[in-house]
Amino acid sequence: MNIVVCLKQVPKKDSILRIGSDGKWIDERDISYEMSEADAYALEEALRQKEKHGGEVIVVSLGPERARQSIKEALAKGADRAIHLFDSVFDTATDSAAVARAISAALKDEKYDLILTGLQSDDYGFAQVGLIVAEQLGLPSATIVMEVQPEDSAVRVKRELESGWFQWVRLPMPALLTIQSGINQLRYATLKGIMAAKKKEIREVKAADIGLTSDDLKPGQVIERAYLPEKTKRTEFIEGKPAEAAAKLVEKLRFDARVI
Amino acid sequence: MASKAEDVKSPKGGSFLIEDRAPEAIFTPEDITEEQRMFAHTAEEFLRKEVIPREDAIYAKDYSVHRELMQKAGELGLLSIDIPEKYGGLGLHKVSSAVVGEQFALQSSFAGTQSSHVNIGTLPIVFFGTEAQKQKYLPRLASGEWIGAYALTEPQSGSDALAAKTKAVLSDDGRHYILNGQKMWITNGGFADLFTVFAKVDGEKFTAFLVERGPGLVSGHEEKKLGLDGSSTTPLMLEDCHVPVENVLGEIGRGHKIAFNVLNIGRLKLGARCVGTMKLSLLQSVQYAKERHQFGQPIANFGLIKHKLAEMTIRAYVGESILYRTLGMIDEALDQADKDDPAQVLRVLEQFAIECSIIKVWESEALAYVVDEEVQVFGGYGYSKDYPAERAYRDARIARIYEGTNEINRIVIGTQLLRRAISGELSLFEAAESAVKRRTAGDTLSMNTANLAFSEEVLMVRSAKSMTLASISAANRAYGDGARNEQEVIGLIAEMVMDVYAMESALLRTQRLLSGRGLENCGVQVDVTRVFAREAAVRVERAARAVASEIEDEECLAAIDQLVQHSSIKSIAARRRIADAVINAGRYFLS
Ligand SMILES: Cc1cc2nc3c(=O)[nH]c(=O)nc-3n(C[C@H](O)[C@H](O)[C@H](O)COP(=O)(O)OP(=O)(O)OC[C@H]3O[C@@H](n4cnc5c(N)ncnc54)[C@H](O)[C@@H]3O)c2cc1C
Repeated sequence: MNIVVCLKQVPKKDSILRIGSDGKWIDERDISYEMSEADAYALEEALRQKEKHGGEVIVVSLGPERARQSIKEALAKGADRAIHLFDSVFDTATDSAAVARAISAALKDEKYDLILTGLQSDDYGFAQVGLIVAEQLGLPSATIVMEVQPEDSAVRVKRELESGWFQWVRLPMPALLTIQSGINQLRYATLKGIMAAKKKEIREVKAADIGLTSDDLKPGQVIERAYLPEKTKRTEFIEGKPAEAAAKLVEKLRFDARVI
Repeated sequence: MASKAEDVKSPKGGSFLIEDRAPEAIFTPEDITEEQRMFAHTAEEFLRKEVIPREDAIYAKDYSVHRELMQKAGELGLLSIDIPEKYGGLGLHKVSSAVVGEQFALQSSFAGTQSSHVNIGTLPIVFFGTEAQKQKYLPRLASGEWIGAYALTEPQSGSDALAAKTKAVLSDDGRHYILNGQKMWITNGGFADLFTVFAKVDGEKFTAFLVERGPGLVSGHEEKKLGLDGSSTTPLMLEDCHVPVENVLGEIGRGHKIAFNVLNIGRLKLGARCVGTMKLSLLQSVQYAKERHQFGQPIANFGLIKHKLAEMTIRAYVGESILYRTLGMIDEALDQADKDDPAQVLRVLEQFAIECSIIKVWESEALAYVVDEEVQVFGGYGYSKDYPAERAYRDARIARIYEGTNEINRIVIGTQLLRRAISGELSLFEAAESAVKRRTAGDTLSMNTANLAFSEEVLMVRSAKSMTLASISAANRAYGDGARNEQEVIGLIAEMVMDVYAMESALLRTQRLLSGRGLENCGVQVDVTRVFAREAAVRVERAARAVASEIEDEECLAAIDQLVQHSSIKSIAARRRIADAVINAGRYFLS
């Protein structure tokens, strides 16, 4: 079974974020990056499926030069080869649809049974790229996947619904699944794996190689303003008898302030 | 590759005192490869996600947890960096083992378990084991299936390790040595499976033995320690312990070779851990200083707190510079040697014994400063077990005691240099003479543009070297062979040597950064280097005067007057810039 994993590099979770000078995104200087968490789970799932069923795990990532670091990490963990969409032309692709167009184009000639992506990225959190890729490649897809069970030419997956409900669905393969964080236990790259990664292929793909120009990558959605959550102060007096007031207070603490 | 130990060519240990190095000629933390950073990342993840969550069990000395974690570390390759591939290891560079070692600072007690296992539990077999011993033990140690320990110290012999009383007598049938005696302070003593035990054959010939846990080998109670309270440290009783003759490690009567050489590596590894701990302490201090408000503002705003944060940063930067410079030199020398030939590897390490001791003393004392100031930044909370400073302070203290006390290491630095000078191996005396002459003739720098920003510092390093050389010469003239008994003088020389090595290493590193990145991208490193170089220069001058005055060497005093290189900068402003940068970053950010 051949599995493609899409992964994105995002600012590390404990980064101290500052708004960039253009006010539209964070200041990317002095920030360390890591593989987006849900993507790490998607990769782990792919590696586990490969260990059970054989085949190849191919990593695809669109991003600047630094994204290579996360690609290498994936190779060190056991992915077999990688495609790095790396070209200044891709800088225009700032929304999910444009990124998905590039990924779909890059996958046109690949043979795969499954494409796994993280449910959503830790930075934008749009949860869109996977679904749009599926649409563009004409694949069936399932989101928020908690369990993956391949059966011959189909795959049975468990999806997370709301309030503790789950749903099992069956999709013909090839299919695209967006993976929920926490579905498995992440492995570490062993030192041997890291050393072996040196010999694995990272194919750099430019926009022109897959027949795209900056026009194809124009975003349909732009970020107008990025800002830190604004703190406001509000004082509220709760009236009534002590017992009623206390009950009201508890309700507010639970549902408004969400601290209990 | 050299075929014989004598053929290994490398920069000579201690030669930094008499030779100028170009910035490009040294290894710096900026030369750490992406692959090595990935090794470090694996170690960090392992410590954060597997080890730290189990701290309670570690501090309760639940040996099964130590074992389990060690096996996991083994699966990841964290126990086999220094083991040749032939024996199930990775056969990597010392730089790799140091970047990984730095990460173990995240859990000092577990670091104690791991580092003793690897550095003193496993490496003696790598270097001195027979083929059969290596085949038998190394794969098990590399995987963490077995835990190793090293038993040299005894109740009556610590620094004076060769005075050990443990005895080994050959059994009547000639198949075993029978060991009797007591060992003290054995890390991993409570649960290790394999011990390198030092004993004297027939009460005379100091010899190492590989002793498996079994009848006749009994662990005593856990010591109640000041720090590293999660690592196992016990006495060890040997009572008619039968050790097969094939488990003699190395040659009979040559145990001192093993004992001393293993320490050289141990000192480097300890240095790496100290560097990692400094960065961690700095991180904790900066974060706390930003959060803690007094007088209506974060304490990080106060000048005296900034001073501390700047000094911590300086120590971490200089500490890294000397550590990686040394490791780079050793790796380079090892690359020319046949790594499968222990004799060649040992020769390289012996060659750098001075640098290994410098690393041990410098890093452990820098760390002592850093953790002490961490407690101070935390104020009353620094004194509380609920905050990290208290444990950091206690855990750090051992670094100045084991792997040879800092006194013993100072003596190594001073006497080794004198010995090499006297034997002609290092032409220190000649260099001292010409340095003074050159200065009297009016030393100027031939400056190239890269050096321009640092011309004063370059002169300071040169002057500090010359003063150090002059002091070594003067001590030799005054005391001759008796110099080794003048410990205070040897100690002052060791201080000078360390300061020279530190200021030069930081300077060369920053010079390289400056020419590669430009001032706007390494302003903090430039400030760090300027501030440190001046402080070090003053210390060197003070020590040189103390030596010369003590031995009433007027010539040497005059030379010092000639050599002095004064220059001041606005060091308060420089420290503030360093502190502001580290506060802004929220952590150590210079590597
Ligand atoms: C937590 C811990 C773990 C340890 N792990 C191990 C281990 O795994 N295996 C092992 O074999 N040992 C181990 N040790 C022992 C350690 O190496 C010794 O404690 C150390 O070598 C010092 O010996 P000592 O304690 O007998 O001190 P001493 O040698 O008695 O020294 C006392 C003081 O006198 C000074 N001194 C001694 N001789 C001289 C001299 N010639 N000139 C000037 N000053 C001198 C010392 O510097 C020190 O300040 C460990 C110790 C501790 C505390």
